[in-house]
Amino acid sequence: MEKLLEEFSLGLFFWQLLLFVGLLLLLRKYAWKPILGAVEKREEGIKDALEAAEAAKKEMQNVTADSEKLLREAKVERDALLKEAREIKESIIAEAKEQAQVEGDKVIKQAQATIEAEKKAAVADIKAQVANLSVEIAEKVIKEELSDKGKQQKLVEDMLGDIKLN
Amino acid sequence: MRNSFFSKKLVAVIFLIAGFVSAQDHEGEEVETGAHDLKTEIKEYIDHHLLDSHDFNLYSYTTEEGEHKYIGFPLPVILWDNGLKVFSSSKLKHGEGVAEVDGNYYALYHNKIYKTDAEGTIEFGGHHGEETHTEDAFGEDLVVEDAHPTNEKPLDFSITKNVVFIIAVALLMFLVFRSMAKRYQKSTMPRGLGRFLEPLVLFVRDEIAIPNIGEHKYKKYMSYLLTVFFFVWVINLLGLTPLGVNVTNNIAVTFALAMITYFITTFTGNKNYWKHIFWMPGVPVPMKIILAPIELLGTFIKPFSLMIRLYANITAGHVVLMSIIGLMFIFKNWIGSPLSFLLAFALSLLELLVAALQAYIFTMLSALYFGMAVEEDHH
Repeated sequence: MEKLLEEFSLGLFFWQLLLFVGLLLLLRKYAWKPILGAVEKREEGIKDALEAAEAAKKEMQNVTADSEKLLREAKVERDALLKEAREIKESIIAEAKEQAQVEGDKVIKQAQATIEAEKKAAVADIKAQVANLSVEIAEKVIKEELSDKGKQQKLVEDMLGDIKLN
Repeated sequence: MRNSFFSKKLVAVIFLIAGFVSAQDHEGEEVETGAHDLKTEIKEYIDHHLLDSHDFNLYSYTTEEGEHKYIGFPLPVILWDNGLKVFSSSKLKHGEGVAEVDGNYYALYHNKIYKTDAEGTIEFGGHHGEETHTEDAFGEDLVVEDAHPTNEKPLDFSITKNVVFIIAVALLMFLVFRSMAKRYQKSTMPRGLGRFLEPLVLFVRDEIAIPNIGEHKYKKYMSYLLTVFFFVWVINLLGLTPLGVNVTNNIAVTFALAMITYFITTFTGNKNYWKHIFWMPGVPVPMKIILAPIELLGTFIKPFSLMIRLYANITAGHVVLMSIIGLMFIFKNWIGSPLSFLLAFALSLLELLVAALQAYIFTMLSALYFGMAVEEDHH
C-alpha cells in the first residue's frame, strides 16, 4: 500500500483524467452515438423487414385461403343456382301443363255450351218452321175444307159443339 | 515482432549488465557478489521499466568509457513550483544532471523530480529511524533502499512517456472510431476496419451493457463502457510492444479510471440504490444499522478493487515476463536460456489474452456497478 502511494503520480493522474474524459466526450459525440445509432437503425430495419416478410407471408396465406373459400362458395352458389333453375324449370313446366289443362277444359266447355246453344237455337228454329209449316198446311187444309158452305157450317157447328162440351 | 521485442530488451539488459560488471571491476570488489548483484541489477531494471519516465527512451546502453547512452527523445517537463515551469527533460540528463529553471534547480531521483541545490544534492531522511545522510544524485543510488528523499517535490504535470502514450491512444481511438462512424453515414453496413470493430462494439453492448444494466437503461452508459473497454485494451496491448510502455501498471491511471466509474455509479444511482445502502430493506432494524456502514464502504471498495485488479494484473504480467527474461542471465547454460525464452514467449501470448481480459473485466464490473445503481425495486 505504501509502495502504491509512493508510486502514485499526481501528474499522470491529472493527465489521464483529463485526456480520458476528453476522449470520452469526443468519442461520445463523434463516434459512439453515430455508430450505435447506425447499428440500431440497421437492426430496426432488419427487424422491420423480417416482420414485413412474415406479415406478407401471412397475408399470402390469407389470400390463398380467401380465394379457396371464394372458389368453394362460388361452386356452392353455382350448384344452388343450377338446382334452383332446374326446380324453376320443372315448376314452370308443371304449371304450364296445369294451365293448359284448365284452359283446354274451359275451351271444351265453352264449345259444348255453344254447341248446346246452337242446338237449342236450331231446335227452336225447326220448331218455329214446323209450326209455320203446320199453320200453312192447316190453312190450306182449312181453305180446302171451307170451300163449300155446307162443310163450313158443319165445322162451325162441330166447334161450337166442342165449346159447349167444355 | 516478438523476437525483435526480446532482442531489444536483451540488448538493453546486456549493455546494462556489461556496464555494471565493468564498474564492479573498477571498484575492485569480489567476483562472488556478482551473482547477487546481477539479481539486483535485473530487479532494478524491471522496477525501472515499470516506472513512468520523463524521457521517451527506446533503450539505453553504456559505452566502453562507462558513459550511458540513451536512444530516444526528450519530453517536456511541466512543474508547478510557485509558478509554472516548463523545460525539456533533456536538461535532466536522465537523472545525471541538474536542470536550472528561473533560479531553481531540479534533479531526477528514481524517476521523480526533486528540487535541489545547484549541485543536485538529494537529502535523505532516515526511513526506519536511521540517521540522516546525504548522497550525491549522480552517485550509486541503487544501493540505497528504504530511504526517502526529503527534498521538496514540486507538483509534476510533465508530459511523461505514459502521458505521450495516453495521448497517442486517445488520438488513435478518436481517428479510428470517427472514421468508422463516418462510414455509417454512407451505408449502415460496416466497411473496412468497422467490420472488425463493430462486433466488439456489439459485444460491449449485448454481452456487457444489456445483461448487467438492463434493456432500458444501458444507453446512457454505453459511451463510457465502450471508451474504457477500447482504451484499456489498446493501451494494454501497446504495453506489450517493443516500445515497452506500461500505462495501466500505474496506479494513478487505474485510479483515474476507477474514480470515473465510482462517480458515474454514485451520480446515476437511483433511490432504490441508496435505500439498499443506508436502509437495507427486508432485514431487522439492528441489522440495518450494522449494514449501512458496510454497504457504504462497499461502494468505495468496488471501484478500489477495479483499480487494484487492473494495476496488479498488468504489473504482475510485466514483472513475471521480465523476470523470466532476466533468468537467462542468471542461468548461463544451454538449458536455462532457451527454456526461459520459451517460457517468456508463452507468457507473452498469455499477456495478450490478459490485455483483453482485463479490459473486459474492468468494463464488465463497471457495467455491473452501474446496473446495481439503476436497478428498480423488485419488492
